[in-house]
Amino acid sequence: MNITAWFYFPARLAWRQLIFDRTKLIAATCGVLFACMLVFMQLGFRDSLYASAASAPIKLNGDLFLVHKQSEAMWRSIPFKRSELMRALGNPAVAEVYSLYLALAPFKNIETQVKRTLMVYGFDPDSMIFDIEDIQNKRIELRLKDTVLFDEYSRPEFGPVRPLLEAGRNGTEINDYKVIITGLFRLGISFAADGNVVTSDLNFMRIFPERSLSNIDVGVIRLHPGSSAKQTQAELSGQLNEFVNILTYEELLQHEKDYWANMAPIGFIFGFGTVMGLVVGLVIVYQILFTDITNHRNEFATLKAMGYEHGYFIRVVFASAFFLALLGFIPGYVLSVGLYHLAESQIFMPMPMTFSKVITVFTFILSMCAMAGFLAIHKLKAANPADMF
Amino acid sequence: MSAVINVHDLNFSFGSGALTQPVLKNVTISIYKGEIVLMTGPSGSGKTTFLTIIGGLRQAYHGSVVVLDQQLINSNEQVKVKVRQQIGYIFQQHNLLKSLTALQNVCMTLEMQNSMTEQQRLDRAAEMLRAVGLGDRLNYKPDQLSAGQRQRVSIARALVGRPQIVLADEPTASLDKQSGHEAVAILKRLAKESQTTILLVTHDYRILDIADRVVELEDGVIKNA
Ligand SMILES: Nc1ncnc2c1ncn2[C@@H]1O[C@H](COP(=O)(O)OP(=O)(O)OP(=O)(O)O)[C@@H](O)[C@H]1O
Ligand SMILES: [Mg+2]
Repeated sequence: MNITAWFYFPARLAWRQLIFDRTKLIAATCGVLFACMLVFMQLGFRDSLYASAASAPIKLNGDLFLVHKQSEAMWRSIPFKRSELMRALGNPAVAEVYSLYLALAPFKNIETQVKRTLMVYGFDPDSMIFDIEDIQNKRIELRLKDTVLFDEYSRPEFGPVRPLLEAGRNGTEINDYKVIITGLFRLGISFAADGNVVTSDLNFMRIFPERSLSNIDVGVIRLHPGSSAKQTQAELSGQLNEFVNILTYEELLQHEKDYWANMAPIGFIFGFGTVMGLVVGLVIVYQILFTDITNHRNEFATLKAMGYEHGYFIRVVFASAFFLALLGFIPGYVLSVGLYHLAESQIFMPMPMTFSKVITVFTFILSMCAMAGFLAIHKLKAANPADMF
Repeated sequence: MSAVINVHDLNFSFGSGALTQPVLKNVTISIYKGEIVLMTGPSGSGKTTFLTIIGGLRQAYHGSVVVLDQQLINSNEQVKVKVRQQIGYIFQQHNLLKSLTALQNVCMTLEMQNSMTEQQRLDRAAEMLRAVGLGDRLNYKPDQLSAGQRQRVSIARALVGRPQIVLADEPTASLDKQSGHEAVAILKRLAKESQTTILLVTHDYRILDIADRVVELEDGVIKNA
């Protein structure tokens, strides 16, 4: 049997039957479209969450990173002895080591005086620890007492910092300690922090008097050119105390993402939302296909009496499911692109419409429709040609 | 002359156990190539049941039913599908696919034949529709046609595949005298041209004149085979 007859004819019949009843077609398409958008939004928020979780570490400039073994994520890290980082210098592959200090602290809005929590990063300004030009260019200013740089991508609730700076109003408080904002940079927020501030390690200790230079949150290690991060990591793990984790750059990013994916219930919530969207779509498509088969029962039985085999009708049903998937997906995709842009402009979360996401959602929608077709097919058996005469 | 339908001692009943209701009793009949046989009989006598067994639509278990050299008693699905493909059906209700045009409906019969191109299918279906007098209605959907026109589309659909046998169950029941007779006359003319055998069930005594032979089924028994 040739492929045209095998697939094209049942698909064409499915298509003709679909477009015959426009109202029903629109209803079915809306169902798929709805499921499609729900899944796109859930996956979009989830990926944006993961991406933002790694927004700070992704800019860190190092080959290996030390964190406390019990640190679940950078924003809630557990400090460890700086001497442990210094011991890494004993390895011949290690060129430089730098300390990073982290803390969440209330930041006072210069205009409204309202306090809101953001993330404070403290480090040696000469260390080039962040791969962000605006920070590196300000290392002279950062060495001064009580100076900080403010992340322009912080949420607007922290106040219109750029215009305020241009107007000369640069004084505020972090952790009830008076500081001066000497510049801006761009990093991006995460679910843990609505904003970011960087400062020197010495200023960090002034803002947080209970902290000490000898207890660090992240140790950044840079290797000599040409040395292998993997090999050095293995060597260091034998040399350093077991309470520190030694992570490569990729592992650090993954570590931050994993926190939200596994530890926090948020990963589960988005997964649940995705499944719910698919279930709703499944029910709608199943309902449509099921009533479709019921309505066409006589026609299918007629065709059976003419000599069409059971497989032909299965292909008709699956072709209908495929067309519904396609018809719902295309407008669903277009609307989701619009919603992604809206989300990016309104809540400042990165929501890229990546090709892999498009493929993922389409696969989901396709499997959803195929599943609905599968469930609806058992109804086909009711089309008994003997009842036709 | 060779018999295309050869039925011997066919027994058939609905239900099982105490509720068994015999419908066909020792039915024996042979129908030959090119013959037009009309079957009449009171309502409930088993005519439709007989037709569905001959057409490979209903499974019978007792006796012998050989249609186009295939034994249908205790047959498997493949045998039945093969027989169905060589038979043209005309149903009491037209049973056209309502989302398809007249032309597309007639093409459905030909889409099972892989040897034809799409253009050949369309040409032959259009030619068939012209033969039943619907040359100007090719692209009409069933709900845009009258009952008589729909029945003529059914006739075209049944004949376009050049079947060996045409089975028709009260094809004129929903038509008035004029269009009923017209439809059957078309059927007869086209069938005679191609030596097609016709078994037609009817209550309609106005069309008995087209038959080569009339048989009567009464209470599951053939009276004048
Ligand atoms: N699916 C079925 N299940 C059980 N009994 C049936 C079924 N179909 C038909 N019967 C019974 O079989 C008998 C014969 O039915 P059949 O439809 O063959 O009669 P018929 O001769 O075609 O009648 P009519 O002229 O009214 O169409 C009837 O008594 C009917 O009640
Ligand atoms: Mg009947």
